Amino acid sequence: MNPLKIVGVALITSLASTAAMADLVFPSLSYRTGAYGANGIPFADGYADYFTLVNERDGGIGGIPAKVIECETGYNTQKGVECYESTKGENPLVYQPLSTGITYQLIPKVTADGIPMHTMGYGRTSAKNGTVFSNVFNYPANYWDGASHAINHILSENGGDIKGKNVALVYHNSAYGKEPIRTLNELSAKHGFKLAEVPVDHPGQEQKSQWLQIRRTRPDYVLMWGWGVMNQVAIQEAVNIGYPMENFIGIWWSGSENDVIPAGAKANGYKALTFHAVGSDFPVFDDIQKHVVDAGKAAGAGDQVGTVLYNRGMYAAMLAVEAAKTAQGIHGTADINAAQMRDGMEALVMDAAKMESLGMAGFGPEFTVDCKNHGGPGLGAMQQWDAGAGEWKLISDFEPSDMEIIQPLIDEDSNAFAEESKIELQECA
Amino acid sequence: MFYRQAGDFKTTYRDDIQTFPLKQDRWGYYIVLAIAFLVVPFFINDYWTSAVMLPFLIYAIASLGLNILTGYCGQVSLGTGGFLAVGAYACYKIMTAFPDLNIFIVVLLSGVITAAVGMLFGIPSLRIKGFYLAVATLAAQFFLVWLFNKVPWFYNNSASGQISAPERSMFGFAVTGPNADAPVRYLFCLTFLVLLAWVARNLTRGRLGRSWMAIRDMDIAAEIIGVNPLKSKLSAFAVSSFFIGVAGALFFSVYLGAVEVGEAFGITQSFLVLFMIIIGGLGSIFGSFAGAAFLVLVPVLLKNIMVNWLGWPTDIAVHIEFMVVGGLIVLFLIAEPHGLAQLWRLAKDKFLLWPFPH
Repeated sequence: MNPLKIVGVALITSLASTAAMADLVFPSLSYRTGAYGANGIPFADGYADYFTLVNERDGGIGGIPAKVIECETGYNTQKGVECYESTKGENPLVYQPLSTGITYQLIPKVTADGIPMHTMGYGRTSAKNGTVFSNVFNYPANYWDGASHAINHILSENGGDIKGKNVALVYHNSAYGKEPIRTLNELSAKHGFKLAEVPVDHPGQEQKSQWLQIRRTRPDYVLMWGWGVMNQVAIQEAVNIGYPMENFIGIWWSGSENDVIPAGAKANGYKALTFHAVGSDFPVFDDIQKHVVDAGKAAGAGDQVGTVLYNRGMYAAMLAVEAAKTAQGIHGTADINAAQMRDGMEALVMDAAKMESLGMAGFGPEFTVDCKNHGGPGLGAMQQWDAGAGEWKLISDFEPSDMEIIQPLIDEDSNAFAEESKIELQECA
Repeated sequence: MFYRQAGDFKTTYRDDIQTFPLKQDRWGYYIVLAIAFLVVPFFINDYWTSAVMLPFLIYAIASLGLNILTGYCGQVSLGTGGFLAVGAYACYKIMTAFPDLNIFIVVLLSGVITAAVGMLFGIPSLRIKGFYLAVATLAAQFFLVWLFNKVPWFYNNSASGQISAPERSMFGFAVTGPNADAPVRYLFCLTFLVLLAWVARNLTRGRLGRSWMAIRDMDIAAEIIGVNPLKSKLSAFAVSSFFIGVAGALFFSVYLGAVEVGEAFGITQSFLVLFMIIIGGLGSIFGSFAGAAFLVLVPVLLKNIMVNWLGWPTDIAVHIEFMVVGGLIVLFLIAEPHGLAQLWRLAKDKFLLWPFPH
């Protein structure tokens, strides 16, 4: 046999063997480089580690090992598309792009290809309407919920009356940052506060003029929709102008350790929203320590366990695993495909007993997903940074948002999309 | 020995001035065209289309456009990203305002609108030159991106400021939107590239192209011999922007499907296209193709080798990719400052003489 033939045979057998292996594939469109890498790394680590844990501790999902294919997007839409196309052929079960820009790009594509996408706390808010967005899920909370939570918090601090108050929104000048504006406008009409929009261009390293404006106008509250290096710079600038930190509220993407630590002790009191618990005081972290970190199988440097974004990545992976288990139950087969996974996500029930059994009692809100509502109940809580202890603390329960304002906006936006793209509405029982 | 001029007799003036005077070159060109149109569409899949072929074809159109302005007419421009954005937003506005208009015509109209915008920003080139002009076009870049972010009319008041391409088809095949098949999208962009490359080649060796080159080589001398600088410079801006506008329209509608101006058409795009023509070769049609191919294909190739083949962590692969691509650019520019096109020209000269070097 000549060498060329040997190589050929080896190639064919290796191809055949990959085809025969029926892992459950979960692509991770991560970013560990660039201006958003500091926030992308912990999320990607948490996402990968939970699947490693499930494989090591439980022997996979329903007996079938999970496989995470990581692809670096750099938070860039062009690379995001390349990653989607390069992983699409491996029978992926669910995509989680962790970028609102990439989400907008993938919504039509995943729908045409029949693959579900989960945009947990980001992406297109009106995807909550499951009749229009059959393959897109954004449970347990979305940006419009977040905007409402922040305003509710301000309301509760002021005894329910914020007429005439000034609220500034510092936002990443992109699809992501612009998402809450529509809801905040409606809320400002309802509650009578004034909203000032302060855009920050990508990547957000330079914010002197924005914070000069805030210093001049002295708004009563500042909300922030930031990501990546923009968060650190904004918090530092707020410290520099002496803005009272307890009146500075970030969305859940602007509230991780990476964002506040560079500003030092003066960042104390900065608030951010969240839709899951903080810290590593849950039994599941003991399992991660034992089966993943101590076994030397942790993703990345393995130093992120228990940070806010690590927890969020792990939470996203846990929801994906539970949806896969639900799908296996519905279809009576362990070897599910993307369409079956979609059914599982649509029938997902996260109750207290289930969270307890996973060692994550109270880690996130209880919720159910159904065919009409792909966004869950939209519960959120407020966390506050304690610079002395160097940790985030939850300062409220998981509370509902103002659906009276949000639901009409969701219906309007999703129906406009359905009309523009000529989508047939999904029938719901 | 096989690649030679001897025996290839030209009997008419027409033969003498054709684009590919060598028989082998001509045949090579026909074969490449035939493969691109008749063979590739049957083998291409979604990955090859979206990750490799579409970016290559579209960046090649943009490089051709910038090469006309910078390489042939000598006007440095850093506004490419902004002009790509004009093409994309023009395409979006026309697509949504006239849903029944054929997508081919929409893309051409986007080019025409970009040409008008380009001429407007080209007016300062009559008074300022060189680096100062580069700064003026840089202003165009920032102004246009700011404009498309600021004015909601351009994105039809959508909540997120994103524009998404609705489905449009030609001859019953979807070209844009999620249901478009890989071969259709590929052929659509390829047709534009071949048409525009043919136009560019023939413009640059005609009267207009000669006036551009005269301005590039020495504008005062050109003016003295009767070349009108106003007409030459503005026509270079118009033609260049038309090409870039078509590229922007295809970039948005066929390639990405949804874009956000700040991210997709930022200053990095301007630099990327400028690097393409510098590495490929200023003032060369082939150089535009070579530069686009180099900067599109090498990163994808390196990524596939390092991540899929060697199984390295994705972040290390990206960092190494930056270093390797940067290193290769420096290496090429040291070895051949006139770009890949000049390397190709030298190689051809060597082959013509081979195996008798004297």
